[in-house]
Amino acid sequence: MRVSLFIPCFVDQLTPKVGLATAKVLKRLGHQVEFRTAQTCCGQPSFNSGQWDVAREAAVRALEVFRGTEVVVGPSGSCVAMMRNFYPELLKGTPYAAEADDLAARTFEFSEFLVKKLGVTDVGAKFAKKVTYHDGCHALRELRLKEEPRQLLRAVKGLELIETEEAETCCGFGGLFSAKFPMISTAMVQVKGGALARTGADFVVSSDPSCLLQIGGWLSREGKPILPLHIAEVLANDA
Amino acid sequence: MSDSKGIFLKDATVNAADGDQRAFIRKALGGYYTNRDLQKARYRDWERARDAASMAKWSAVNDLANVLEKFVANFERNGGVVHWARDAAEARAIILKIAEDAKAKAIVKSKCMTSEEIHLNDALEKAGYGVVESDLGEFIQQLRGEAPYHFVFPCMHVKREAISELFTKHLGTAPTDSPEELTMIARRHLRQLYIDADIGITGANFLVAETGQISITENEGNARLTAALPRIHIALSGIEKVVNHLDDLSVLLPMLATAGAGQPMTCYNTLYSGPRKPGECDGPEQFHIVLLDNARTRLLADPEQRDALHCIRCGACLNVCPIFKNIGGLAYGTTYQGPIGSVITPHLRGLKQWNHLSGASSLCGACTDACPVRIDLHHHLLHNRRNAAKESPTLFDRVFHNGFNFVIKRPWLFATGGRLFRATLPLLQKLPLPYMSAWMKTRDLPKAPAKSFRDEWKNHENV
Repeated sequence: MRVSLFIPCFVDQLTPKVGLATAKVLKRLGHQVEFRTAQTCCGQPSFNSGQWDVAREAAVRALEVFRGTEVVVGPSGSCVAMMRNFYPELLKGTPYAAEADDLAARTFEFSEFLVKKLGVTDVGAKFAKKVTYHDGCHALRELRLKEEPRQLLRAVKGLELIETEEAETCCGFGGLFSAKFPMISTAMVQVKGGALARTGADFVVSSDPSCLLQIGGWLSREGKPILPLHIAEVLANDA
Repeated sequence: MSDSKGIFLKDATVNAADGDQRAFIRKALGGYYTNRDLQKARYRDWERARDAASMAKWSAVNDLANVLEKFVANFERNGGVVHWARDAAEARAIILKIAEDAKAKAIVKSKCMTSEEIHLNDALEKAGYGVVESDLGEFIQQLRGEAPYHFVFPCMHVKREAISELFTKHLGTAPTDSPEELTMIARRHLRQLYIDADIGITGANFLVAETGQISITENEGNARLTAALPRIHIALSGIEKVVNHLDDLSVLLPMLATAGAGQPMTCYNTLYSGPRKPGECDGPEQFHIVLLDNARTRLLADPEQRDALHCIRCGACLNVCPIFKNIGGLAYGTTYQGPIGSVITPHLRGLKQWNHLSGASSLCGACTDACPVRIDLHHHLLHNRRNAAKESPTLFDRVFHNGFNFVIKRPWLFATGGRLFRATLPLLQKLPLPYMSAWMKTRDLPKAPAKSFRDEWKNHENV
C-alpha cells in the first residue's frame, strides 16, 4: 500500500524518533512510505481555541497536501481525530465538504491502520520490558480505539503489559488547555502519572505523543522511574 | 477578564492544589463507579437504553410547545394551578404571592436545583418566611451557608466529623461519627418542621404530559413529606422537564438512578396527580406548578446545542469529569456544576462571562460517554468556544492564532522557525513567555533534537 505519513507538527520538531519509528514499522511490513514536506500543523490548536476560521484554513491546506494519496497514517490519535472527525464538521457546507469526507475515510491512526485496515497484530517486534498503556482520549473516545494498541503490544516478544485502573483517565494535556489552566492540568497529570508510576512498569506507552509530552514532562520533573514511549517506538524495536 | 472568570481561576487554583480534598472526592466516588457498572451490567443493552432515553427526551424537547400545552391541560384537569415564569424574578414573585395569599409562615423544601437557580431561599427569607431544606445534603449545606457542591450530592465534600460539629453547633446534639445517627438527628429535627409548614416546595424530575402528573425521585422520603403534609404544594420546574408519555419513565427512571447514583432504582419514585380530591384523606389543598423558562428557550432556539435540554440532572457527567474531581463543585460558581453546567451556563447567564468554563476542559469526552441521554457535552464545549471567539474575540487570541497560521501556512517558515525554536529552547524556557512558562512550571519539555523529522526524512532510505 502507498502510505502517506501524517506527522504532527510537534513530533516533527520535538520527537522525530516517533515519526521515524512509524515509517520503519510500515516499511518492514512491505509498504511504500512517503512524507509530503508541505504538511505542517493540522490546525487543532486553533480549532480547540474557538478560532474556527483559522482552523478551516489549516484544514483546506491539509486537503491540498494529501490530495491523491492512497492512505494517510498518523502516529497520533488526537491529530487523526482532528482530520477524521473535525475536518468534516469544519468544512460542512463549503466546496471542500466532499473532499474532507473523503480524506477522513482514508486517514488512520497508526495502531488502527495496522490492526483494522491491514489486519496485522504481530509486526515482529521484540521488547523485553514491562509497559503500561495510556489511552489517549481522542483515540479512545473520538476514534473508538481501545483493543487495537493492546493487541499489538501483546504480540511483542518479551513485553509484559500491565494495566492501570486509570488507563482511561485523561492525562490533562488538552493542547493549550495545559497552559491556559496549568493548575487543573497539573492536578490531572498528578492523578494519571501517580497511577502509572505505581504500576512498576518501565515504560508508559501510548498512541498519542501529545499525552506522552504531558505525562513524560511531569514524570521527568517528579523524578519518577517510568519513561514515556510511543507505541511505534515499541513496535519498531526488533533487536 | 470577567469577575466570574477571576473567581473561578482563584478557586480552581486553591482547590487543585489541595491534594487531601481531591483524594477525598475521588474516594467518595469510588463506590459509585463500582455500583454504576454493576447496575449497568443488568441492562440487556445499556447503549440501546441510552438511545431510548435520549429519544424520549428528544421527542418532547423538539415539540416542546405542544407537549407543554398538553401537560398544562392535564395538570389543570387534575385540579392544579399552572404559573408561567419567564425568568428568575417572575418565578420568585409568583411563589412569594402564593405564600402571601396563603398567609403562610413556615416553608419546607425538598431538593430542587431550579430553586437554587432562581435564588429562592434568599427571596423567601428576606420576605420573612422560615425556610428549611429537608434533603439531608441540602439541609447540611443550608446550615453551612454554602451552595450545593454537586447538584445530586450537595455535601459530598463534607467529612463526617464536620457534619457532627455542624449539628452540635446548630442543633445542640452530641458529637457522633455514626452516619446513621447523623441521619437520625436531622430526621428528628425535620419531622416537626414538616408538620408546622404551611407550604412544601419541591422540584420535579419529569412532567408527564399525557397524565398531567409530576414525577419526583428521591432516596430519603423527604420529598413525599414535603409534598403531602403542608396544605400547599408548589412544584418548581424548568420547562424542559416534560416528557410525552408515562411509559417514558420506564426507561428514564432506572437510567436516572443508575447513571446518577449507581442504583437500580431510586428508593422513592412518586407521581403527584393534583391536590386532595373530595373524599381523600390526605394531600395538599392547593397544588401549584411554576414552569420556568429562564433562558431555556434560548437553548431551544440553538439546533446545535438543543440536546442539552435533554438533561435529566443525574450528575453522571460530574462523577466522571476529571476537571470536577480536581477543582471541586464550588469553584464553578454556577448552579449546575461539571460538564453540563459548563455547557448550559453560558446560555443561561451569558457567554462572555461564562465561556471560561468551556475553556477549562481538556475535552476528554468522558462526560459524553457517561451521559444517559446522549448529550454531546464535550463537543458543545467546543461550540461555546467557537461562539465566544466570534462574539467577543480577544486581541491576544487573534494575534496568537493568526501569527501561528502565518507560520504553518509556509512550510519553509515552519521549518526555519522550528530550527530556531529547537536551538534556543534552553533559553526560551527561562523567559516569561505566554503559555510556555505556565507549562514549564510543573513539567519538563523533552530535550530538543538537533534535527527535525523533516530533516531526518531527507535520509529516509536509512530508516
